[in-house]
Amino acid sequence: MVSSPYFSLAVLFVAALGFGLAPLGLAWLWARVFAPPKPNATKNAIYECGLESKGDAWVQFRSAYYLYGIIFLIFDVEAVFLLPFAVAFTGLSAAACIAMLVFVLLLIEGLAWAWAKGVLTWA
Amino acid sequence: MAVDQELKIELGKQGIFVTTIQELYNWGRRSSVWPMQFGLACCAIEMIATTMARYDMARFGAEVFRPSPRQADLMIVSGTVTKKMAPQVVRLYNQMAEPRYVIAMGACAISGGPFKQGYNVLKGIDRYIPVDVHIPGCPPRPEALLQAFITLQKKIDAQPLTGEGRPRFLDPNAQGEFPVPEQAEHDLAPTSNHGVWPVPITIL
Repeated sequence: MVSSPYFSLAVLFVAALGFGLAPLGLAWLWARVFAPPKPNATKNAIYECGLESKGDAWVQFRSAYYLYGIIFLIFDVEAVFLLPFAVAFTGLSAAACIAMLVFVLLLIEGLAWAWAKGVLTWA
Repeated sequence: MAVDQELKIELGKQGIFVTTIQELYNWGRRSSVWPMQFGLACCAIEMIATTMARYDMARFGAEVFRPSPRQADLMIVSGTVTKKMAPQVVRLYNQMAEPRYVIAMGACAISGGPFKQGYNVLKGIDRYIPVDVHIPGCPPRPEALLQAFITLQKKIDAQPLTGEGRPRFLDPNAQGEFPVPEQAEHDLAPTSNHGVWPVPITIL
C-alpha cells in the first residue's frame, strides 16, 4: 500500500482532517473541565427583550401567496421542458419547432389570463 | 506554578515567550469582551460616544455590541433603572451565557442617582444582579467608561481557573439564576435579591 501512487494523498487527507478536528477535540476536552453546564429555567427561556413570551410563535400565513406559487410552478416546469428543446435545437425539423411553439403559446395564454384577471398586481 | 517575573522579562529579551495556560485563557477572554446593546438613558449616549471614533472602544476588542444576550459577555447598565424595567434587566442578565459581567455605569445604575427620591426608580441595579465594576458620574465621561473597561479587564486577568477563588462560571454549585422580581402592590417583590445585596440595617 505504501507504494501506491495515491499514498501521499491519503497521508495529506488524514493530516487535513486532523488539522480541523484537533482544535475541536481540544475545545471539547477543555469545556468538559472548565465549562460546567449550569442551565436553569430563566437562562433557557425564549428571548423577547427581557419579557416573558406568551403563546405560540405560529403566525397566520397569508393565503393569497398561493397564486405566486402556482404561477412559478407552471413556468418552472415549462423551462424544464424547454431545456432539451434548446439542446437539440440545431438538429430539429421545422415541424418540431412549430410543435414547441404551440406548447409555449398555450402557456403564454395561461399567463395572459392570469394577467387580465389582475393576479399579478401587488394589492 | 507561576513563572518568576524577572525570568520572564529576561527570556522575553532573548525572544522566548513564556506563559501559563491560565494567563493565555484569561488574555483571550479579556481581549474579546462583547458588550450587549443595553442603553437605558443618558449614560447610553456616553456609551455610544465611547464606541465612536474619538474614544474608540474597538481598540479593546469590544466594538461588537450584540443585540442578543446569548452572545454577549458584558452588560453595561447605562442609565436609570425604573422599577418597571427592573424585571426585564434581571431576566436579560439571567439569559446571558456565563461567563458574564456587569458594569454599572453612572450614578443611577449604582444607587438611583439624582432621581433617588423617585417612587419608580430602582435604587441601584446591584440590588438584584452582581455588579463587577461601578463607574460614578452623571454621566461618566467616555474616558471613565474606558477606565472601567480596563478595570474589568484586569479583574478578568486575575480570575483563577481552579481553587477557591474561581469565578462563578467555573463553579457548578455557584448561583446561576438570580430571581426575577415581580411587580407587587407598591414596590417590587422581593425588594432585593438575597445574597446579592446586603440590606443595610439601621440601628436606632
